[in-house]
Amino acid sequence: MSLFSFAKTEFKNLFSKPATRPYPQQPREYPERTRGHIENDMDVCILCGLCSKKCPTGAITVDRAGKTWSISGFSCIQCGYCVESCPKKCLSMKQSYTQPDAQKGTNTFVKPEQPAPAKPAAEAAKPAPAPKPAADAEKPAAVPAVPAEAAEPAAKQD
Amino acid sequence: MSTRSVVPFGPHHPVLPEPIHIDLVLEDEKVVEAVPSIGFVHRGLEKLVEKKDFNEMVFVAERTCGICSYMHGMSYCAAVEHVMGVEIPERAKYLRTVWCELSRLHSHLLWLGLLADGFGFESLFMQAWRLREKILDMSEASTGGRLISSVNKIGGQRKDVDNAMLHSFVETLNQLEPEIRTMVRTFLEDSAVRSRLDGVGVLSKEKAHDLGAVGPFLRASGIPFDIRTTGYLAYGDIDFEPVTSSEGDSYARTAVRINEIFQSIDIIRQVVAKIPDGDVAVPVKGFPKGEYMMRVEQPRGEALYYVKANGTKFLERMRIRTPTFANIPPMLEMLKGCQLADVPMMVLTIDPCISCTER
Repeated sequence: MSLFSFAKTEFKNLFSKPATRPYPQQPREYPERTRGHIENDMDVCILCGLCSKKCPTGAITVDRAGKTWSISGFSCIQCGYCVESCPKKCLSMKQSYTQPDAQKGTNTFVKPEQPAPAKPAAEAAKPAPAPKPAADAEKPAAVPAVPAEAAEPAAKQD
Repeated sequence: MSTRSVVPFGPHHPVLPEPIHIDLVLEDEKVVEAVPSIGFVHRGLEKLVEKKDFNEMVFVAERTCGICSYMHGMSYCAAVEHVMGVEIPERAKYLRTVWCELSRLHSHLLWLGLLADGFGFESLFMQAWRLREKILDMSEASTGGRLISSVNKIGGQRKDVDNAMLHSFVETLNQLEPEIRTMVRTFLEDSAVRSRLDGVGVLSKEKAHDLGAVGPFLRASGIPFDIRTTGYLAYGDIDFEPVTSSEGDSYARTAVRINEIFQSIDIIRQVVAKIPDGDVAVPVKGFPKGEYMMRVEQPRGEALYYVKANGTKFLERMRIRTPTFANIPPMLEMLKGCQLADVPMMVLTIDPCISCTER
């Protein structure tokens, strides 16, 4: 038992810098692995929809007709499951957290038009690359990944 | 005999971070009976196994509790791995042990802060949480989340932590240890603090055993029972003894948790010294079929994870029994005969985690 056992800490506290950071002036430096929010590189994305199927909260919506990929920041739990399952590795986890908002909105990414009008001469020589991403987009969603997973439980149930 | 009156305690009370309601039957200032009611934050997490497949359930299990989040996810994965007969790599076991101990560290430091806040020592509360912040920084650097780690998956871990980072953690803990020792001196030695804890809420060894207390609450009553000694994960290779105390009062429970902080630091040192190289996950094929009961030692005590699977991607049943659930009957026994003014302190010393109790 002792009296004033906290006194030393208290005096030290009086003459030392605060343990906290003056937040708005000095923003936080995030560690490399911080799971802040998801971003999509739409130039690479093939809109296969695997991420939206894997998402545990159903935060991701992929509209292949409208060529958009959207994520609801308020539903996303930053688990990174979509980043791991992305076949093209276009999804990435960014360190900064999403901004607070008054309304629950979604963040929509639009896929740019593929045949780039800026350099038609280079593209004209080989016409194949332009439709190729579209063909890729059909494949992963339709053939290997999804039916393999969907078919197995049915087989096991029997 | 004086007339009896009933005073409600909670669900909102300054010492309670989470809602539990206890009706205290009083004779003058003395509590003669305590009647609990829980269910204010029931979320039906166990029912979600019907909607989320067994891989997605990892994220649900993690959200059972905000404090022992890592251990919930880990226990769920370990239970499903046992059902599927998956043996995870050694490195994954050691990494899980490190993260389990990191979460025990931050949970105990959090509790020390809440205890200091409970008896009105706000600067001590700030000191405890200042030190806890360093542990959370380590969690964030290694998992990407301060509390919700999301590094567990069926078959191992989703992220590896390189040895350099692990050694830097040990370095940080070495620097942190003297600071924690200075901070806990106030809990263990200060006369004002001791007057709030000494002899308050004594639970005898027999009562603790009969009523099924778990964790530091049980060990403070003198029973050296710690599920980690069964050697799950890497605990079999680690040299440690359960921390006990024979007093059974609030001071003993504080002392046990404080000693467990230093024990956890020591366990992390041993694990980092012994961690083998290799993969952190094995591929898992198929769907689980069978049932398993996983027992783990969480910061608050023993948790049970029961998993029953029927060979489809949805589990048939998942049941979680959290440590606070087991600690409520001995707490009610402890409350009988105490003074009304001591009730907040006694409820706090079981380290109640109501959200995980109600799932």
